[in-house]
Amino acid sequence: MLTNQVALVTGASRGIGKAIALDLAAQGAIVIGTATSENGAQAISDYLKEAGAKGRGACLNVTEPEMITEVLSAITKEFGTPTILVNNAGITRDNLLMRMKDEEWDDIIQTNLNSVFRMSKACLRGMMKAKGGRIINIASVVGVMGNAGQTNYAAAKAGIIGFSKSLAREVGARNITVNTIAPGFIDTDMTKALPEEQREALAKQIPLQCLGQPEDIAKSVTFLAGEGGAYITGQTLNVNGGMYMV
Amino acid sequence: MSDIQERVKKIVVEQLGVEEDQVTADASFVDDLGADSLDTVELVMALEEEFDCEIPDEEAEKISTLAQAVAYVEANL
Repeated sequence: MLTNQVALVTGASRGIGKAIALDLAAQGAIVIGTATSENGAQAISDYLKEAGAKGRGACLNVTEPEMITEVLSAITKEFGTPTILVNNAGITRDNLLMRMKDEEWDDIIQTNLNSVFRMSKACLRGMMKAKGGRIINIASVVGVMGNAGQTNYAAAKAGIIGFSKSLAREVGARNITVNTIAPGFIDTDMTKALPEEQREALAKQIPLQCLGQPEDIAKSVTFLAGEGGAYITGQTLNVNGGMYMV
Repeated sequence: MSDIQERVKKIVVEQLGVEEDQVTADASFVDDLGADSLDTVELVMALEEEFDCEIPDEEAEKISTLAQAVAYVEANL
């Protein structure tokens, strides 16, 4: 159980982030879920309330350093120091490299990778004071195996894995673990954007024969955040139905 | 011993887990008191909290003994 531990989950308005927020809350954690808009934040507050969970939504653009400082200090005042950080916020801007614009590259690195650096740094002070913490970063199978049309996304996600391993070494002595979860193809809005044929073709290549559900990732996050994850750090947990075996 | 010196010394003793008499004015946190780089970051964090101030990174890097820490606090409070 994670009773009354403060957990911060970025990108929690839908998909994998929402499932993570709800699963951590079900374990008793106080969950703060972030979204880029006030509407998104309200939606998070609403579903947490409906689930009878403690916590709320917060409007946060993870690419804005000042906003991160502000939001984190407000959360700390209201609920206490977050000792569980789940860096989940992410976007895609797919294109063939030959056609990829600078903005498409930069957007992805900003939102998917730089945010992990900033959020982790901002939360570490509190975790060090609390003498413990769990940072769980959501990467992607694409960061491990590569995917045509996603050089930017794959670079950011692979970057998260290297970042996590290095930070795990830095803060291990302070009882702070840093791990990565690399989801395979999960049934969310992000993968619904793919053409139906492609989704079917993908599912056929997965040994477990179907796309994963957001809850499959959430359960892994809760595992790493809880007692089960105590002696695990610097690892990448591949939750992908066997589509890529490392 | 000044009040500030005493408060700083107490933090050094707590953060680095050393005996009080080891923390002389010029004992190096790293070379003499066995601090690693993360210990020194934490030490600066603790000083910031104790004295309710923000120590910029370039200043923090220069603080490697009790005397230097005390001098910084005295000059900047």
